[in-house]
Formats: sequence, C-alpha cells, structure tokens
Amino acid sequence: MSDSQPHELLIDRLGTALVPVRRLPSPWRRTVGWLLAVAAIGAVLLLHYGVHPMLRRWDGAPDLAWAALGALITAIGAAWAAFALGVPGRDARWALLPLPGAVLWIGASGLGCLRTWLAPGTTISTLHQSTDCLVFIVSFSIPLSALLIVLLRRACPLRPMLTAVLVGLASAAASATLLNICHKYDAAATDLLTHAAAVALVVAANAMMGGRLLSRA
Amino acid sequence: MAAAQAGDRRAYEQVLAESVALIRAAARRKGVAHDHLDDVVQETLITVHRVRHTYDPGRSYDAWLTAIASRRAIDALRRRGRRDSRELHDDAALDSHSGPDDAGTATESLQRARRLHAAIAALPPGQREAVEQLGLRERSLSEAAELTGRNTGALKVNLHRALKALRERFLGEP
Repeated sequence: MSDSQPHELLIDRLGTALVPVRRLPSPWRRTVGWLLAVAAIGAVLLLHYGVHPMLRRWDGAPDLAWAALGALITAIGAAWAAFALGVPGRDARWALLPLPGAVLWIGASGLGCLRTWLAPGTTISTLHQSTDCLVFIVSFSIPLSALLIVLLRRACPLRPMLTAVLVGLASAAASATLLNICHKYDAAATDLLTHAAAVALVVAANAMMGGRLLSRA
Repeated sequence: MAAAQAGDRRAYEQVLAESVALIRAAARRKGVAHDHLDDVVQETLITVHRVRHTYDPGRSYDAWLTAIASRRAIDALRRRGRRDSRELHDDAALDSHSGPDDAGTATESLQRARRLHAAIAALPPGQREAVEQLGLRERSLSEAAELTGRNTGALKVNLHRALKALRERFLGEP
C-alpha cells in the first residue's frame, strides 16, 4: 500500500479547490516596500523640521549619527529577518541578523552618555522631556508594526512569537531613526533609558499581540 | 509545485501524493506516535494548500515542506500533551471503579461504542462528516471546512442536527 493511499480523498479535494496563486514577493522586495513607508514618514518630518538642525547636531556629536545609522541597520535587518521567517524552510538563525546593527546603535548611544561636551543646540533632557521621546517612538511604532503584521499575514510565519519580536524591533528601530530628525536632546543617560524603555515596550507589545495575530495566519 | 502554483491540478495532486512520505518522516523525527502520523499528514496537506503561494521555486521544496510538517507535528504533540494533562487522577475513584478488566464493564462499553458507531454511520452523509471531523477527530471548523469542501456554517448546522439526532436516539429526548 502506498503511503498516500489513505489521503487520496483529501488530495483529490485539495486538487478540486486548486486555483492559481500569486507568489509571495521575496523578503527583499517586501522589506523595500515597508522601508518606503518609513521613508515617506521621514520625508514628511524632514519637510517640517528641515535637514540642517539634524546635520548640525550630527556634526557636533558624531556618535549621534552613528547611533542613527545603527538604528537604521537594525530596522532593515529586523524587517528582512521577519519577512524571511514568514517563508517556511528559512533558517531561524536569520533572526540574529539585526544584532550587528543593534550593537552599533546601543554602543554609539552608550558612548554618547560618556561624553562631557554637548551637541550644539541640544540640552540634556529632564525625565519629563524624555517622555516625549517615549511617546514619539511608541506612536510611530504602532502604524509601522501594523503595516508589517498586515504584510506578514499573507505569509506563513511558522514561529509567530519570534517573528513578532522582530516586527517590534524593526518598527522601534525605525521610529528611533526617525526621531533623529526632530530630537532636541543629547544622548544623556535619562534619554538613553527612555529610548531603551520605548523599544522594550514596543517589542513586548508586539510579542503579546503580534504573536497571536500572526499565528492565525 | 511551481506548476501547481500556476493552477496545474495534475502536477499538484502528484506533488501532494509524493509529499506524504516526507511528511510522515518529518513527523516521526519529531516523535509523533505511529497512529497519529496520518492526522499530521492531513493537517500538513491542508496547511500546504493554504500557504502554497509562499513556496519559492528557487529554493528547496523539501525544506519548505519539512518545515511545515515539523510545525504541524509539534502542534499535534502539544495538543496531545494538553489533553493528557487535563485528565484527572482520583485514587478513590480509581479504587471504586470496576476497571477495564471487569468482563461485564468491558462488554458493556464495547456494546455502547458499537451502538454509537452504528448510530453515527446511519446519519445523513453531511451530518456524519461533521461529527467525524469536528467531534471525533477534533479538527477546527476551518480545517474541517477545507477538508470536506463545505462552509463552516453548514458544518455547524450539520453538527448541531447530528447531535440532536443522536440525543433523540439514545436518550429519547425530542
């Protein structure tokens, strides 16, 4: 008896239900699509705040620019890894892809705290002011996470929780990158702590809700 | 599979039939017991059908299929684990219970099972299908819908009618 014999009925039914499908675009193409949404938000913010204040801050304190670059690399890596894990058969170790970017992001931000001089046009934020950063990161992460989850629901994330964590990391890192455009405060310890709290909050919220949304996919 | 994505039914049925052995092997590696392998095969085939657009012809079909089969095998093991952990162990009840070795009880439960099987077999085909898929095999509504080709509403109505018919038969309730 062939292995498939007891399943002939099911295979026949699935064959009857077969319709042509549009293949899922590659993780790179989907990542680029999502990054276009991030870039569109960035363009709007740049139009509003202008490029010069950001460049002046980066000029005076290059570690802020390095941290922004690290956050951007983290966002790209995490988004790509989330899309890759939505395809069955991809190695789960791709989830480590955002790590190098994150090291640069955290390292450069941490270095900023050790600096004794201030970036021009900035102040060290008080706890109250740095909650603005928390609100910024969280509120921009919500639509960016939602977009990622919508794009991923068409895929098949076999590890919904891990994928949701990557979704959270990608959107929090992208929001942190965008924050550079309108960030008036220097990388002081209070500010760094708020950023870390915001990223942790976004990742945890995604893991709690996103995991459930994705596992139904 | 690439041809199946374009809608070639014959290629699709062939690749599904050839996939069964691979799914069974993946499920066995995950530690699924022999008599549950077929359930994992069915669930994997349904998932393959639902997510066939995620297969990339530039990559290995076997790796794609094995990943889905392994996940379904883990789901099946978890479901079994949950069911086992829900079973209660009450020593007093165990002592006072006549036990499966008792010839009278064994015969009685065998007869009861036979009567129930006969009653289910006598149901109209739609109702029988609903009981088998939802009640006996514990599939979800969407899985059963995919498997039987009926919509979830019809399955619910059929299950409801079947249970009503069985109740009437065994308990004499109208």
